[in-house]
Amino acid sequence: MKWDISEMGSWTYKQFPQGAVIPEAGNSNDYITGGWRSERPWRNDEKCTQCLLCWIVCPDSSVRVADEKVTTFDLDHCKGCGICAQVCPTDAIDMVPEGCDLPEVK
Amino acid sequence: MPEHKTLAATGNTVVAEAMRQCKPDVMAAYPITPQTTIVEEYAAMVAKGRVHTEYVTVESEHSAMSACIGASAAGARVMTATSSQGLALMWEELHIAAGMRLPIVMANANRALSAPINIHCDHSDIMGARDAGWVTYFAETAQEAYDNTIMACRVAEHPDVMLPVMTTLDGFITTHSIDRVSVMDDESVSGFVGQYVPKTALLDLENPVMHGAFSGLGGPYFEFKKQQRIAMENARKVVKDVAEEYAKLSGRPFDVVETWGMEDAETAIVVMGSTAGNTRHVARDLRAKGERMGLVKIRVWRPFPHVELAAALKGLKAVAVLDRAESFGAEGGPLFLETRSALYDAAERIPVVDYIYGLGGSDVKLELIERAYKDLSDIAAGGAAPAGPVYLGAREEA
Repeated sequence: MKWDISEMGSWTYKQFPQGAVIPEAGNSNDYITGGWRSERPWRNDEKCTQCLLCWIVCPDSSVRVADEKVTTFDLDHCKGCGICAQVCPTDAIDMVPEGCDLPEVK
Repeated sequence: MPEHKTLAATGNTVVAEAMRQCKPDVMAAYPITPQTTIVEEYAAMVAKGRVHTEYVTVESEHSAMSACIGASAAGARVMTATSSQGLALMWEELHIAAGMRLPIVMANANRALSAPINIHCDHSDIMGARDAGWVTYFAETAQEAYDNTIMACRVAEHPDVMLPVMTTLDGFITTHSIDRVSVMDDESVSGFVGQYVPKTALLDLENPVMHGAFSGLGGPYFEFKKQQRIAMENARKVVKDVAEEYAKLSGRPFDVVETWGMEDAETAIVVMGSTAGNTRHVARDLRAKGERMGLVKIRVWRPFPHVELAAALKGLKAVAVLDRAESFGAEGGPLFLETRSALYDAAERIPVVDYIYGLGGSDVKLELIERAYKDLSDIAAGGAAPAGPVYLGAREEA
């Protein structure tokens, strides 16, 4: 079931669910947390061996994978914690300050 | 009708017995004097297969209440017990249990807080939990502790309430003294409390929900607190309705404010917990000598029965409040503050004197209560009220 919160701005205490229980699972996906980020991960495809360690450790499930290969980062939810860059065995991930141009692939 | 059996038992034994009869799915508890025998005897009943409860042994009271919260959110009927430093260590979880609207039932063996370290009775621990949002009962006797526990289960799980409930009994005096207690058969109790059917359970996989979400700046945190206020106000009626139904079963009437000798009383003492017994004893002696004195006992501390209390004290010439807890820097102890606030709307001003007594298990001698009644008759005769709060029985300069 999709929880309809479109009118939430005009809800009173009567409309909010008892005990702040959200009657829908997994809706944290709708909440964009990427805006908290000060550094974004950038992956060098040439160095990457597709070991998927970054995908395993990402606390926000923000490493996107297709056909068992890392494709992109979900920047709507990545908070820029840098764990992926830290664990990468081939240093294929760099943390790049937000607001800067991404480096050229060498 | 239920079968009644009379036992010679301690308050703690019959609280454990009442909990067993309510059949909680989960108990997570940590032992602390003078609560220990509740959870110890309960653990023995689990070990012997007398009750099918998941008994979680934890490393602290902080963890005990955390585990209770998790289990309750999962949809279980949950009970536990604590005391003093243990209740203090639960402080943040007490607010979480109430805010998440989880109907946990907990017994508290009322005991002093450190420092200095002390294991004996007073109400400092429970007053520290005063504003946590729990419905709170006080017991004078082991019988009341038994009855309160069973009623607590129904009140907590009532759809108009859905709040945690604490049932308190005085450390050692009620928890450890052997008392005459009438208990009912298991079937009657379990029939009375019924089955708990949670509306939003984490373990209900068909209807997945999220408990414990964030509500920050601009979010509805304020509105959720309003819901809690309404739930606590609803508890006023539910406590009475449940008690009325329970009285039919048990044969023991209950009121949120119970009075003795108030028909023609000129003065009265307001008291909670075991000291009501001492006070009644003194009042009975004084009435036999022709003094018009009464007793008003508060059985439910939250929601506080201010209307009922004001009605009980209406028209009196003087009132004494016995407070077994301090609120340093306030005009008096917590019960005094509530009582005087309840009387604010009275047509005529009634002098109210606060007596702090029995802290850390300090002996509550009958002559101390006589002294409070004596002060009241002096005030009723036109004398000045003593400056409060009076430390009743503390060693002071003569």
